[in-house]
Amino acid sequence: MKFNTPATTNPIDQLKVVGHPLDRIDGPLKTTGTAPYAYEHHEGVANAAYGHVLGAAIAKGRIASMDLSRAKAAPGVIAIVTAENAGRLDKGSKNTAKLLGGPDIEHYHQAVAVVVAESFEQARAAAQLIRVDYVKADGAFDLSDARKSATPPTDTQADSARGDFTAAFAAAPVTLDETYSTPDQAHAMMEPHATIAAWTGDKLTLWTSNQMIAWGVDDMAATLGIPKQNVRLVSPFIGGGFGGKLFLRADALMAALGARAARRPVKVALSRPMMFNNTTHRPATIQRIRIGATPDGKITAVGHESWSGDLPGGGPELAVQQTRLLYAGENRMTALRLAVLDLPEGNAMRAPGEAPGLMALEIAMDEMAEKLGMDPIAFRVANDTQVDPEHPDRPFSQRRLVECLQLGAERFGWSARAAQPGRVRDGDWLVGMGVAAAFRNNLVMKSGARVRLDNKGMLTVETDMTDIGTGSYTVIAQTAAEMMGLPLEKVRVRLGDSSFPVSAGSGGQWGGNSSTAGVYAACVKLREAVAQKLGFNSADAVFANGDVRLGNRSVPLTEAAGADGLSGEDTMEYGDLSEKYQQSTFGGHFVEVGVDVVTGEVRVRRMLAVCAAGRILNPKTARSQVIGAMTMGVGAALMEDLKIDKRLGFFVNHDLAGYEVPVHADIPHQDVIFLDETDPMSSPMKAKGVGELGICGVAAATANAIYNATGVRVRDYPVTLDKHLDRLPELS
Amino acid sequence: MKSFTYERAASPAEAVAAAARVPDAKFIAGGTNLLDLMKLEIETPGHLIDVNGLGLDKIEPTNEGGLRIGALVRNTDLAADARVRRDYGVLSRALLAGASGQLRNKATTAGNLLQRTRCPYFYDTNMPCNKRQPGSGCAAIGGFSRQHAVLGASEACIAVHPSDMAVAMRALDATVETVKANGTTRSIAIADFHRLPGDTPDKETVLDAGELITAVTLPKPIGGTHIYRKVRDRASYAFALVSVAAIVQRDGTGNVALGGVAHKPWRMEAAEAQMPRGATAVAERLLADAKPTSDNAFKLPLVRRTLAGALAEAKG
Repeated sequence: MKFNTPATTNPIDQLKVVGHPLDRIDGPLKTTGTAPYAYEHHEGVANAAYGHVLGAAIAKGRIASMDLSRAKAAPGVIAIVTAENAGRLDKGSKNTAKLLGGPDIEHYHQAVAVVVAESFEQARAAAQLIRVDYVKADGAFDLSDARKSATPPTDTQADSARGDFTAAFAAAPVTLDETYSTPDQAHAMMEPHATIAAWTGDKLTLWTSNQMIAWGVDDMAATLGIPKQNVRLVSPFIGGGFGGKLFLRADALMAALGARAARRPVKVALSRPMMFNNTTHRPATIQRIRIGATPDGKITAVGHESWSGDLPGGGPELAVQQTRLLYAGENRMTALRLAVLDLPEGNAMRAPGEAPGLMALEIAMDEMAEKLGMDPIAFRVANDTQVDPEHPDRPFSQRRLVECLQLGAERFGWSARAAQPGRVRDGDWLVGMGVAAAFRNNLVMKSGARVRLDNKGMLTVETDMTDIGTGSYTVIAQTAAEMMGLPLEKVRVRLGDSSFPVSAGSGGQWGGNSSTAGVYAACVKLREAVAQKLGFNSADAVFANGDVRLGNRSVPLTEAAGADGLSGEDTMEYGDLSEKYQQSTFGGHFVEVGVDVVTGEVRVRRMLAVCAAGRILNPKTARSQVIGAMTMGVGAALMEDLKIDKRLGFFVNHDLAGYEVPVHADIPHQDVIFLDETDPMSSPMKAKGVGELGICGVAAATANAIYNATGVRVRDYPVTLDKHLDRLPELS
Repeated sequence: MKSFTYERAASPAEAVAAAARVPDAKFIAGGTNLLDLMKLEIETPGHLIDVNGLGLDKIEPTNEGGLRIGALVRNTDLAADARVRRDYGVLSRALLAGASGQLRNKATTAGNLLQRTRCPYFYDTNMPCNKRQPGSGCAAIGGFSRQHAVLGASEACIAVHPSDMAVAMRALDATVETVKANGTTRSIAIADFHRLPGDTPDKETVLDAGELITAVTLPKPIGGTHIYRKVRDRASYAFALVSVAAIVQRDGTGNVALGGVAHKPWRMEAAEAQMPRGATAVAERLLADAKPTSDNAFKLPLVRRTLAGALAEAKG
């Protein structure tokens, strides 16, 4: 099915099942510990051996020699695979560095060997016995140094401009020119990267934890040089990904190589301390923002430049993306510059681009509002735009940013905020409120599904879509139930298997809308099959309460399905609506913080997000997405920071003791409001993404609240106490 | 993890005898730190002596009017003990500021004293570390050192001791009771129990090989207002950037110990003499010999402010 004209009324609009705050259908499996995660697929995989991955001890250089003799002789060891004996390996199209290093080492903890043994403990102990001699090479590990040699990236739009930014900025009566920095961040998802690999002849099956099944198949086939029909990926449950599991990673490749060498299934999980340097991370940025405005607060010039680094062949963090679209202004420029850094591979993490971009832009907007003597919400409202400001002939499909901010202000009690910072005290706490706009593009992705109706009235949906904790199972079941006129419990959803039709996968907050649109398309096919079998005109047939009805003739779906059942399969594809209309999601984030006047410690007191993101398919799972994202935003604001040893070239704090993320005590009270909205440009579901919108702007709202509390502006994230302590009030 | 043998000891005498018999043996109680270190092969004992069955899990009054805390009393139980809460509030608060509920349920009094530094270079076996591998160097010096020591560090090591409990015990003048293989017992003042790194950062306490902690004794209660203030980047489950244990008397005198600043809980009687003059004078004396790195220079003003806050709180 092709979606190339705006959606009109369709069966989803009945909202009998869709749009309701239903419990997730996979919830009982998870709460009883019976949902099998990647490392737990014991049922189909007998006799698995254990693989333990050894990571490189240097950041850059090469392996001079490897001595495997002691490891080979260790108890229980079955096989050891290194680059030397792995056979020819290519690199997947979505990997920047090789997943198995050697002799060249591209980054710290790049995998250099997998040891396969009878037990996990034996594999781990034997891996410690491998002796590797390295020849170190100099590398670039410091973005502020490498920034000078940064160049425009070639595989993305590096620059954009409209009007004459330089002249307009020079002429503007009120200006801001500040530089901000955001650190490298880790996904730090709960479930580590893990895979069980089993070969049957030349066919490989991987039980793994991967957000994008088809990408994983392609890159595994490409890496091993085997036909992709010979690779099957199974990933029904995923304990969080946040972009860290978009790609084929070392766990999967090392399990596949280990299993080939050991001639039996092998399971591999990356240890937590390996994950931070072995896998991908959100790259650090340095961002310069210039804003010029008239005294009454109209932006006349806006410029945003961002510098980030990556390994050779990698890409930039798209931190200027939102600035191209978020606020009006006749004269504008953005620029992305990419430096070579020999740190681990930078890549997507929840809301790549906008998350770090808004961390800077939305502090800049707060600073500019203060310079103008305007309320930060009024300043944003004054610069709203209903069209793409770089291409004014392109309207937004829906844009209710102003409503999000104004409703949020009302609900949060924004009018109680003291405009003058540093004025509100509650005992030893300096109290402040902050706001930021939330913005994240809505991407639509081709997505397929297959539905099958049996003579018991059970509908089975199959798609290689994944559920990374987001609620995919549930919204897909709701969609199919709505389309076929069945109760939710008559729908069975099977996900995450490459033998199912290729879906959008989970990433870029496109999964919910795109995958359900694919299910919609498949259900349309099934409705046609049912109608055809009964001799109904499918356009007029009504599917409700387990029956299909035309006029006064009503037939149970069980009967229509017959003994052989009926099925439908289709893929939703998209025309140019997303080019004609800018599709984005919007919101307002409100945060109140307390800053301990003695120690400078920052603690969030309460948070509110108001989101406009099209139709909310399930307000309960959507809310869970948003509060999780808000929590992650607090992490970005206050603590998350991969600390680089700039001499040795690695992330030092590579475990969950050193890399702090918020704990429950950090998150006292959160509220989420969804505006009642449908976007007919997005898909027949009229939905958009929400899982990333929830993080976009949170860190800046928090940083702005800290400034409002203390009067001390910190432009380098995270805002830890050491960055403002010396400017807090003297103690009596 | 290196393979090891395991036995359960039934009495302190049996435990120390076993330790004397096997040269690379270690005692294990809660295991909350040791097992992690064994998995990473930072600790590689060949033999574990499980001391959980020694019966050292009671809190009893001493003849001197203090409390004798068995080595195996869990952190949770110690923090919740009514006598500790009433008479040694700083200890209860320090315990509750540490780790998580689950860890405190397992972690023991003696184990807490013996936990090892959380320096990330110590934990990464690819990195040189004089504490892990004597003579290999110290990667933390010149590296990322935000958490590291500002007092009492050496050219060999700038790690800090991570315990909260020990800081409170230092302020309380606790005594560590031990037994050796030959049956001799001794009492070690907490001040002398942990060592500064010097040239041998691998030697963290004055315990001899195979010497077993049996108890920690607290002296008779000294009254005063008990405060434990732990400063950290998140609200819970984080090691201290700095911490202050303070026991302040009505006349303004008192005891002050710092955590998060050195290889051991940091207390200076000479600094306490300044207490009637106020927090600034105390901090000045405490920090007179501080040598921070650029990453942790903030700990100096943070100590000053946190101490001032604690003393102000004590005044009420």
